[in-house]
Amino acid sequence: MSQTITVTVNGTAHTAEVEQRQLLVHFLRETLNLTGTHVGCDTSTCGCCTVHLNGEAILSCSLLAVQADGCAVRTVEGLQQDGVLHPIQQAFHENHGLQCGFCTPGMMMAALGVIEQHPDASDEEVREALEGNLCRCTGYQNIVAAVRSAADEMARS
Amino acid sequence: MIPSALSYTKAGTLDEALAAVAAGARPLAGGQSLVPMMRLRLAAPEGLVDLGGLAELVGICEDGDELAVGAMTTHRSVAADPQILASCHVVAQAASGVGSLVIRNRGTIGGSLGHADPHADLPAALLAAGGAVIVRSSRGERRIEADDLVTSYLTTSLASDELITQVRLPKGAARSAYAKFHRRAIDWSIVGVGVTIGSAGTRVAVTGVGDRPLRATGFEDVINAGGSLDEAVAQAGTGMSPLDDLDGSAEYKLHLVGVLARQAYTEASGR
Repeated sequence: MSQTITVTVNGTAHTAEVEQRQLLVHFLRETLNLTGTHVGCDTSTCGCCTVHLNGEAILSCSLLAVQADGCAVRTVEGLQQDGVLHPIQQAFHENHGLQCGFCTPGMMMAALGVIEQHPDASDEEVREALEGNLCRCTGYQNIVAAVRSAADEMARS
Repeated sequence: MIPSALSYTKAGTLDEALAAVAAGARPLAGGQSLVPMMRLRLAAPEGLVDLGGLAELVGICEDGDELAVGAMTTHRSVAADPQILASCHVVAQAASGVGSLVIRNRGTIGGSLGHADPHADLPAALLAAGGAVIVRSSRGERRIEADDLVTSYLTTSLASDELITQVRLPKGAARSAYAKFHRRAIDWSIVGVGVTIGSAGTRVAVTGVGDRPLRATGFEDVINAGGSLDEAVAQAGTGMSPLDDLDGSAEYKLHLVGVLARQAYTEASGR
């Protein structure tokens, strides 16, 4: 069955007819062409598809698009403003928080889910925020350093 | 993969949800187990009724000597709730370890109990605490004690038209703890053990060693008769027959039951 939904993505309302079985991640990637949100596994294991739903970090592979009807979604494409990188993007760049970059959008969205609410989050809380996100390149240390640096920058501004 | 074709409705009221469930729709709570299973086609419900709009199923309040937790309360909320942390710690601790934070943001206590995965933490924690669930249908409401809730793999004693609306946690389960072993944050527990040291004795429940959470009666009998912790740990796996599988051998899992029972009991004793 199909259904018409309206989802506000990165501040813009999108209305589309979707199959009720369609996952949010496929709606973002295939209907809206927002391919920054990645599909890394088929088992809700990797965290690459993490986006924000009404301000909370969630897995867009474990939510039907119709469940997001009337909701606000933020993806990695919504981070930079007018060509200026978001502090967390700048921090990943400066701290070598990525190598291949596949996990990076999910890492940033998961981390922001915690540090936007608690910029003073401890290292332990940062690691907890990232526990559902797998990275096969960095060994995580530089990711935690990047998130720490971004949190400090966001607390200052 | 993508889920099989389905018909989705979002319930605006609890009565609408109950009518849809009675008509055969599968209730969709947080969807953190069901949607991944649908994606793998391990589950293919033809109808889904989304409970996500039912605000009356969310929240935690005191009710006599119990805490009443709405079925749609998320793991993240349960794990952080000061009342549950203080009065029924084992459930808050189990909730804090479910999946990852992004999963705990969506996954719900009622959904986890209703799904009844044999490696899930919440059913064992509720059993250790001696809690219960309130279930509702168009025929009325009834209470199911944790001991009677899960009957087999992914199967509960709910009738096909019933829905879990509330979880009841005893306030007398303050001296309690949950210990689990798993390889990565997002993995199910290989084994998990909940312990409650209550006024009526010690209750111990284990996940991952059978088709449902099991009471560790061997451990309980020794401790409740005044025996030592070492003696109790030696009896922790009595009567349990876990399977050999990719997680480990049956012998290894029974070893984990003893290790985790000791850890949870020691932690609960100090609380």
